[in-house]
Amino acid sequence: MSSEVLIKAEGLTKKFEDFTAVDQISFQVYRGECFGFLGPNGAGKTTTMQMVQCVLPLTSGSLSVSGMDVTREGREIKKMIGVASQEDNLDPDFTVLHNLIVYARYFDIPKAQAQKRAEELLKFVQLGDKRDVIIDQLSAGMKRRLILARSLINEPQILILDEPTTGLDPQARHLIWDKIRSLQKQGVTIVLTTHYMEEAAQLCERTVIMDYGKIIEEGRPLDLVKKHAGEEVLEVAWDEEVLKFLKDTFPEAKLEILGDRIQVFTNHTRGVFTEILNKYSFRSAMIRDANLEDVFLKLTGRRLKE
Amino acid sequence: MRTKVVASYFQVPELSYRIWRVWRRNLEVFMKTYRVNFFPPLLEPIFYLVGLGFGLGGFVQPQEGLPYIAFIAPALVAISMMFSSFFECTYASFVRMYYQKTFGAIIATPVSLEEVIAGELLWGATKSLINSTIVLGVVFAFGLVSSPLFLLIPPLAFLVGLLFSAMAMCFTAITPNIDSFNYPSFLFITPMFILSGTFFSTHNLPEAVQIVSKLFLPLYHVVALTRALTIGRFTTNLLFNLSWILVATPFFFILSINLMKRRLIR
Repeated sequence: MSSEVLIKAEGLTKKFEDFTAVDQISFQVYRGECFGFLGPNGAGKTTTMQMVQCVLPLTSGSLSVSGMDVTREGREIKKMIGVASQEDNLDPDFTVLHNLIVYARYFDIPKAQAQKRAEELLKFVQLGDKRDVIIDQLSAGMKRRLILARSLINEPQILILDEPTTGLDPQARHLIWDKIRSLQKQGVTIVLTTHYMEEAAQLCERTVIMDYGKIIEEGRPLDLVKKHAGEEVLEVAWDEEVLKFLKDTFPEAKLEILGDRIQVFTNHTRGVFTEILNKYSFRSAMIRDANLEDVFLKLTGRRLKE
Repeated sequence: MRTKVVASYFQVPELSYRIWRVWRRNLEVFMKTYRVNFFPPLLEPIFYLVGLGFGLGGFVQPQEGLPYIAFIAPALVAISMMFSSFFECTYASFVRMYYQKTFGAIIATPVSLEEVIAGELLWGATKSLINSTIVLGVVFAFGLVSSPLFLLIPPLAFLVGLLFSAMAMCFTAITPNIDSFNYPSFLFITPMFILSGTFFSTHNLPEAVQIVSKLFLPLYHVVALTRALTIGRFTTNLLFNLSWILVATPFFFILSINLMKRRLIR
């Protein structure tokens, strides 16, 4: 990661009639980093991505990519970015390989070069043996990998991944994560959106958390967890007396009641909950590491995956 | 404010050679299933010529001085221009836009939305050219072409296809869902199919209907031109027919692109 700013947004706003999808957000993405937009469905992540990729006009604010203004120089910007959209928009009429060849044409890539690059990319996403298969016969994970390969056809400097693993099984997800890491090693700047905490924690160096169109927090995933949710979280079954006891024991802590469970967040260092559990016994008590989802819960009072 | 909104519907789009990339994508899909695609325009006119031309033609007096089968033959060519391009840019474009999300995939590349739509319109025009040329071949084989000017029909088919594609794309831009294409099909295409001098001369119709046909039904003008080029019979009316098409085509071409922009880029 360098200090060169590649994407810069200031007061970026998008309104659809009277609904504000993105509300005055500002952020910077540096060359070579993996930057995450985290938030629940409808937070404004995809809308933000669509403005970065120059397909959605801004309502107000400014947005530049590699020093170029998205409103005036959309065509030039689109040449240097790759987009893996959230939805499956592969061409069902073509084979796997032909999907890449046709897409290369939109970037004016000469045929021989497109062919070579397509074959390489299919190998990279481990679809080499599927090159002549029709799209319908691919699994969801294979489709995601092909969309990833397609987004790389123009050797982009910036890769936009909109929910790259939503709906995939764990194996398929890990395969995509491996590919994303190896692209980052090659120096590609990656901007991804996700509503999976784990994904952001695994891949992103910096994240912003969005909710209702606003950025409500930003920083390194681990720092955010530490800052807002501490190191450990105590979870116990809900009980009137237990709740009172916990409130008295941890007066500075934040207690969340989620369904039939109580969650306790503190700034204490690791071990304080273990001591309590050694002294008292609560029904179905458990101590776990704090994670980004706790951060989100604490910041918004809402579950992320709703 | 109002004039500004109206002006936005007629903003001349910025287009580049990239429209042909979109056109080529559609051509490649078409060629994958070319056998299925070539059969209907080959067989349909045979049914019409045999059924209506020989069958019904035995009961019908000559229309505009032509034996019935020779009267309807050029109309079949004109109708195929309308059907192929109109349905390409309604149902087929809607499937690409809405179900396959093809437009969304393309505009993430240096190709703009205006170019995607223009490429779709050129493809619709190409479908008109392909299908009507096949129908023309059948008509020719039946010995119903009597002027060498019939060679001008394919270029006319491209122009006419562009017009119907653009009109179709206007509906595609405003339709809430694919089922709603029933409205333009039954309220616009079907009356045109019947009332444009296709299967009987419009002279037999009430005067009010004749006026409506001439002013508002593009197929009326297409049939007149196609018939003239097939049999080599010319009147000054043809200038009006051609002018109507030449004015309407750029009008709807530009309008349809701006309507689609309003639908897809908000």
